[in-house]
Amino acid sequence: MIDLFVVPLLKIVIVLNATLVGVTYMVLLERKVIAWAQSRLGPMRVGPYGVLQPVADAIKLMLKEDITPVKADKWVFTAAPIISMVPALIVYAVIPFGPVVKVFGHPVSLFITDINVGLLYIVSVASVGVYGIILAGYASNSKYPLLASLRASAQLISYEVSVTLTLVSVILMAGSLSMVSIVNAQYNSGVWFIFVQPLAFAIFFIGSLAETNRAPFDMPEAEQELTGGFHTEYSGMRFALFFLAEYANMIVVSSVATTLFLGGWLRPFPNVAALHFLDIIPSWTWFLIKSFVFLYIFIWVRATLPRYRYDQLMRLGWKVLIPLAIVNLVVTGIVKVLLS
Amino acid sequence: MAQAIAFYFIAACILGFAVLVVSTKDTVHSVLFLVLDFLFVSALYVLLGAPFLAVIQVLVYAGGIVVLYLFVVMLVNLKRPAEAHQDPHRRGKLGFGLAAAVLLEFGIIVAWGYARPSQAVAAASVPVTGNTEQVGWLLYTSYLIPFEIASMLLLVAMIGAIVLAKREL
Repeated sequence: MIDLFVVPLLKIVIVLNATLVGVTYMVLLERKVIAWAQSRLGPMRVGPYGVLQPVADAIKLMLKEDITPVKADKWVFTAAPIISMVPALIVYAVIPFGPVVKVFGHPVSLFITDINVGLLYIVSVASVGVYGIILAGYASNSKYPLLASLRASAQLISYEVSVTLTLVSVILMAGSLSMVSIVNAQYNSGVWFIFVQPLAFAIFFIGSLAETNRAPFDMPEAEQELTGGFHTEYSGMRFALFFLAEYANMIVVSSVATTLFLGGWLRPFPNVAALHFLDIIPSWTWFLIKSFVFLYIFIWVRATLPRYRYDQLMRLGWKVLIPLAIVNLVVTGIVKVLLS
Repeated sequence: MAQAIAFYFIAACILGFAVLVVSTKDTVHSVLFLVLDFLFVSALYVLLGAPFLAVIQVLVYAGGIVVLYLFVVMLVNLKRPAEAHQDPHRRGKLGFGLAAAVLLEFGIIVAWGYARPSQAVAAASVPVTGNTEQVGWLLYTSYLIPFEIASMLLLVAMIGAIVLAKREL
């Protein structure tokens, strides 16, 4: 009974809370890093060095007036932020933060569940998330959000293809769809998949920037052209939900990248006995460090690169990334057959 | 017991949403009910112990095909009913005809099933374990030709779409 209900529920509570706190501090980190990149200080007023800024932001967003436009499709308008938030959160069900560890003599797995179609589950849940964006644009009944949502969904659908193709080459390497098995495969082969699949990692990274609507691919939110994006008509907590979903998706993408390419919870050189002293650092800490590096690069890229034009974005997606991903997949398959 | 309750709940939801799909006035709402319907069908697959099919159901139908439906419905203004089919009498006749055809089809399937008890799909000959592996094995051995024909069909549709969309080749 305890193993069936209490332990998973406890894990879900911990993971959801950690994610939401992580998301709010991610916003602060982004503001700080971009400020440093531009020789500014960033938020400094609330708390020492602005560490309480996310709390203040949350209170502000909750207290703001919640407006539904008169001509909006009310049900869909209400559902859209929820539809974009839920997939971003339920993905964490299959992300492994660590292996099975002993806590007070009890074996406890540091993941909520390990299903044997874990990676496909993540891809399919993420593909449902696009509804939030399309419906937000449609239900607002306003031209800029509609244009932005069409752009966003076209972008998401095009880049989903190349990202999914790179995932297939990782699946070929690991021989499994389960997230835990993929990490174990990297342990057994003694090398992180980023070193055997560098091209796949590069395509995955570019594609994930586009899928999370981050700069330089933040076309759906291009302020100069669209006044704000698909959430222009949203205010208060509903706007905050879109914002949270975007950052939660960034954390999801970096967790997936960590699991697939950076060895998940494994320490560097997991098979080298001389480095065993590194094991005093718990496995989940390695996972968090790697994800954090990935998130930091996301922010760094935003502070560095200018925005692409829409036709350039589509050309890059369809004419460069997808052919490269297909070639990579075929080469991976041939090498695997030759080696076996 | 719990499985039976889950099955009847999911089945009721599937039928209920299916009715809503065809009875809702607003076309976009109707498409959304279709998405909910597909999600519950995928829950049914999970209940049957077919996680791979469940995930593919969400990925292909809910996440892919219906998104395109939604695009079309959003961009083509369907608020105005089509003028050609205003005659309610004629529509009623067509409905009865379709319902009779579907019932006949169900009857034939059920009768066929009783007449020839279904043999288990060559499960014993599958040398791999795991749901996904078994699906893959069967697709590329026993069902290779139907699988290839289906992919040819999709290829033809794709070429057709390109030919239609491109003004000059």
